[in-house]
Amino acid sequence: MEKKQPVSGGFRGPMGGMRGGTPEKPKNFKKTMKTILVYLRPYWVRLGFVAVAAIISTIFAIASPRILGNMTNEIIKGLMGHKGIDFGAIAGIGFWLIGLYIVSALFSYLQSWLMTTISQKITYAFRRDISHKISKLPLSYFSNHENGQVVSYVTNDVESISQNLNQGMTQIVTSLITIIGILAMMISISWEMTIIALLVLPVSMTLIGFVVKRSQRYYDAQQAALGEMDGHIEEMFSNHAIVKTYNGESRSIERFNDISHKLRSSGWKSQFLSGLMMPMMQFISNIGYVAVAVVGGWLAVNGRLGIGDIQAFIQYMNQFTQPISQTANIANVLQSTAAAAERIFAFLAEDEERSEHDSQPLPKQIKGEVVLDNVSFGYEPDKLIIKNFSAHIKPKQNIAIVGPTGAGKTTLVNLLMRFYDLDQGSILIDGVNIASVKRNEVRQLFGMVLQDTWLFEGTIADNIAYGRRHATRHEIVKAAKAAHADHFINTLPNGYDTVISETADGISAGEKQLLTIARAILADAPMLILDEATSSVDTRTEALIQSAMDKLSHGRTSFVIAHRLSTIRSADLILVMRDGNIVEQGTHDELLASHGYYAELYASQFTQV
Amino acid sequence: MLLVLVVFVSGQAYVNLTLPDYMSKIINDGIVGKDQSSIWLNGLQMLGLTLFGGLCAMAIGFIAARIATGYVHKLRSAVFMQVERFSLAEFNSFSSSSLTTRATNDMQQIQTVMAMVLRMAFLAPFMGVGSIIKAFQLAPSMSWIILASVGALVLMIVMLFFVAIPKFTIIQKLVDKLSLQTREMLTGIRVIRAYNNDHREQSKFDETNQQSINLNIFVNRVMMLMQPVMTLIMGLASMAVVWVGAYAISDGSLKVGNLLALMQYVMQTIMAFLMISFVFIMVPRAAVSGRRINEVLSVKPTISDPKKVKHLPKRINGKVEFKDVNFGYSGSKQLVLSGVSFVAEPGQTTAIIGGTGSGKSTLVNLIPRLYDVTSGSITIDGIDIRDIKQAELRQHIGYIPQKASLFSGTIKSNITYGSYDATDSDMQAAASTAQATEFISGLPEQFDSSVAQAGNNLSGGQKQRLSIARALAKKPEVYLFDDSFSALDFKTDAALRQALNQEITKATLIIVAQRISTIMQADKIIVLDDGQIVGVGTHQELIKTSKVYREIAESQLSAAELGEDK
Repeated sequence: MEKKQPVSGGFRGPMGGMRGGTPEKPKNFKKTMKTILVYLRPYWVRLGFVAVAAIISTIFAIASPRILGNMTNEIIKGLMGHKGIDFGAIAGIGFWLIGLYIVSALFSYLQSWLMTTISQKITYAFRRDISHKISKLPLSYFSNHENGQVVSYVTNDVESISQNLNQGMTQIVTSLITIIGILAMMISISWEMTIIALLVLPVSMTLIGFVVKRSQRYYDAQQAALGEMDGHIEEMFSNHAIVKTYNGESRSIERFNDISHKLRSSGWKSQFLSGLMMPMMQFISNIGYVAVAVVGGWLAVNGRLGIGDIQAFIQYMNQFTQPISQTANIANVLQSTAAAAERIFAFLAEDEERSEHDSQPLPKQIKGEVVLDNVSFGYEPDKLIIKNFSAHIKPKQNIAIVGPTGAGKTTLVNLLMRFYDLDQGSILIDGVNIASVKRNEVRQLFGMVLQDTWLFEGTIADNIAYGRRHATRHEIVKAAKAAHADHFINTLPNGYDTVISETADGISAGEKQLLTIARAILADAPMLILDEATSSVDTRTEALIQSAMDKLSHGRTSFVIAHRLSTIRSADLILVMRDGNIVEQGTHDELLASHGYYAELYASQFTQV
Repeated sequence: MLLVLVVFVSGQAYVNLTLPDYMSKIINDGIVGKDQSSIWLNGLQMLGLTLFGGLCAMAIGFIAARIATGYVHKLRSAVFMQVERFSLAEFNSFSSSSLTTRATNDMQQIQTVMAMVLRMAFLAPFMGVGSIIKAFQLAPSMSWIILASVGALVLMIVMLFFVAIPKFTIIQKLVDKLSLQTREMLTGIRVIRAYNNDHREQSKFDETNQQSINLNIFVNRVMMLMQPVMTLIMGLASMAVVWVGAYAISDGSLKVGNLLALMQYVMQTIMAFLMISFVFIMVPRAAVSGRRINEVLSVKPTISDPKKVKHLPKRINGKVEFKDVNFGYSGSKQLVLSGVSFVAEPGQTTAIIGGTGSGKSTLVNLIPRLYDVTSGSITIDGIDIRDIKQAELRQHIGYIPQKASLFSGTIKSNITYGSYDATDSDMQAAASTAQATEFISGLPEQFDSSVAQAGNNLSGGQKQRLSIARALAKKPEVYLFDDSFSALDFKTDAALRQALNQEITKATLIIVAQRISTIMQADKIIVLDDGQIVGVGTHQELIKTSKVYREIAESQLSAAELGEDK
């Protein structure tokens, strides 16, 4: 009978062991395995103990049927010899056995105990390294990769490595020892019977291989259909209003039914075939059993074998299939482990931001003078989008960045804050080249309010104090009042202690923006970067945001991604962007007078419709 | 089906229970009795029996797989169709992601558990009880071995799960928290770096990471007791059978061969109880899923087609009239809209403006019956929209939501989503009016370029233009723009409005907007405040008469642009 696997971790279903599709293949198995070994290095000694414990436990487990067989032999001997059964001898064997079972169980548990600690510590190390890596990668990495991918490294991939380590590692040891040990025991009982038992093996292996192959195909088909189904459902549900208003329900249902039929047909086949395994194995092992009974009977009749030996042999035969199918599965386990690990290692090997040891300090008091000197930059090395741009911004000036959607207005922000480094030229703040200053220090100079208001799961007070950790409640409230956020915060059930979460959406987009303004006010940086875009903000909140932003930018050098004419017109300098490049600069009146791109943009706003 | 299943199950149970008999016969008659032919005879019979048992097991697997997948197939269809019938009111009471989980993960959960339960739930009791009876018949003195081992086993399982199961939920929560924190680190990366908070984020993550592994170590240590203890119990039980059997054999009440059979029965009983405890663990999980699905199925869609339908002509004029409309979400006492009455005439632009929570979007959602009015009525060409079939009504409406939502497919399939029969030139015209031609022609495969799920490979402005083109390709008589312009920069916004005005001359345009400049030229502007109409008129009129309107306008435009000096 199939032994049940322990439900360790609890995430993989209990049927996890037997099922599964074509395993993912890593690109470079050897190299990945070597890197995994590096992670295992601190645990060599403990892993040694694990191996020893596994070996002891397995050897004891293998010995027990033989000894139990001796017990039976003792009974038979008593019956045949007409002297009666020697209960003393039986008791002796019995106590031996009890000891053996207990020791085996103890070592088996010791092995799991150690191994689970090791695998969890490695899980921890993987996650820690990934999170550290996130903060070391340049921003360009994240604009080219999906967030979900990185999240899946932290959860799915790490999880599968830890599960496989936990079960797989010890399985390799125990399975091999079990196979060798059982073979040795079987041969020692009778080589004739061993040959017969071994003859059954190839038959059962091919049969199992056949079923596994077929069931794998259907399993893969089922997974594919399942993926398609999940995708369709997600898409239809997330666009519910559109599906309804464009009468798409019947088409959506039609497609759903198609997929559902596909899923059903591959699903039941896959399930049926994987369920075949157990009865088939049982049938085969029964064939072996009968064969062994026949041969064993013949040997016993000739007096060359005791009944207890036959009994032991049958027990061994029953135990033989499990380690073999486990070993067959080990290759898959190792491969999927390596595939998951490979993805993580590839992520950990990504190029990091340039290191910054010989950095220069900034002056203590920042005036806020910014000079862009002959700046060239492109997101891709061979495609420059800003070419040889220069500008001189005096302290406390307001700079408006304007341009149509997709003109790359955030590029300038990325450069000022050193999210990206320049390809050529330099940016000087108060005369110091920011490329020679630590990134952290550069960023500290700016307060930032972006369009996508990023708030983290935590209280409102914590979110406002994000830029100044040790701010007092009094300071936080003051900043919130200056940002016109105090009023709405007080209408929330827990005021400043209300927890903002992804799901509980009691706060509107505009209110979130007010919070980020409060955050910038509290951070009190000498310079500012503001994004005025206020889509999905109602007009009254917009007015509040505007007033708060005006207050914030007063007396600070500020760069405003401007959408509002009043901001643009009162700016000391307007930078006009198009296709990533800065095409014009000057004040409103200067730019209008030059009849260039800005003038064209301005006119289009007031075309009579 | 179930009855057939039970027949096969009893077949398999019978085989499993009789096989040990033959084993002991082989030993007793064949080996001990030195009768070679009896070994052959019993061996062959055994093989036949095994074959029969195997066939039964296969049949059980077949039936279980068919029933489980078939049932879930039906259930899933039912849920999906139910959700497709939902109006926004029912839909939003669940949230889209929750409904998705219910239709996917919960279904899978039920299917897996059901197949397993079908295979084990019937077999296990047969086997368990049968084995105990058989063992009792052979050697009554040994029943205590079975009872003791089963007792020990059940006790262990109950204890393990009592300790471990509550922890599983916590582990799952910690995993969710880890993924949430990673997501936060990624989405907030600029803000984190701007405020130099890398270390703080990392220490937060580290704390969760530590909690998670500590708990995992604990739970694994508990759960891993299972395997060694089980092996121990089984080993001790076999040994006890032989040991105790020695006495029975000695007083002649038991034959040697029966020892093997007894050992088999003990194992089978233990297995049976393992299966039963498995069922007990799995079923509650599936029950939770089942309850969640039932919640969806038990909701009665509030909007359904009328029994007596009125039909609209093929082309309508598109005059939309609100007559004293009140609307409140079900379960909420507060009205979102109250006493709203206005007419939107064909060939005219009717704009709606107002603060957050003023009910603008809700008002627009009422027209295609995404929600139904609480009282009052909305008519289209004089016919109450509740008397028209939903599909027919919606045929005449082009709805452009605030957040553009696209489908995976191609640019073409997205534009023609509402108009399957649109020709290529219809589609191109729609794209051109929506100011989308320029960016589409820049794509590698123009109209056949693929669109990723939710349009993730397009920018916000591009998505919005496609969503507008989708409405235009439908050539409806009523357009509903629910603040659809705010994702566009002002240049595109202006060009688009100009193109719309040239193209759409006969249709009714209803525009919800934030920017005054977007609606300044509308024929009629309706100012909403707190669900009530507080002003109706043109821009010039409202600037003078409506305080709310003036407030909004002043925050956006300077005096000259407000047109006061004109």
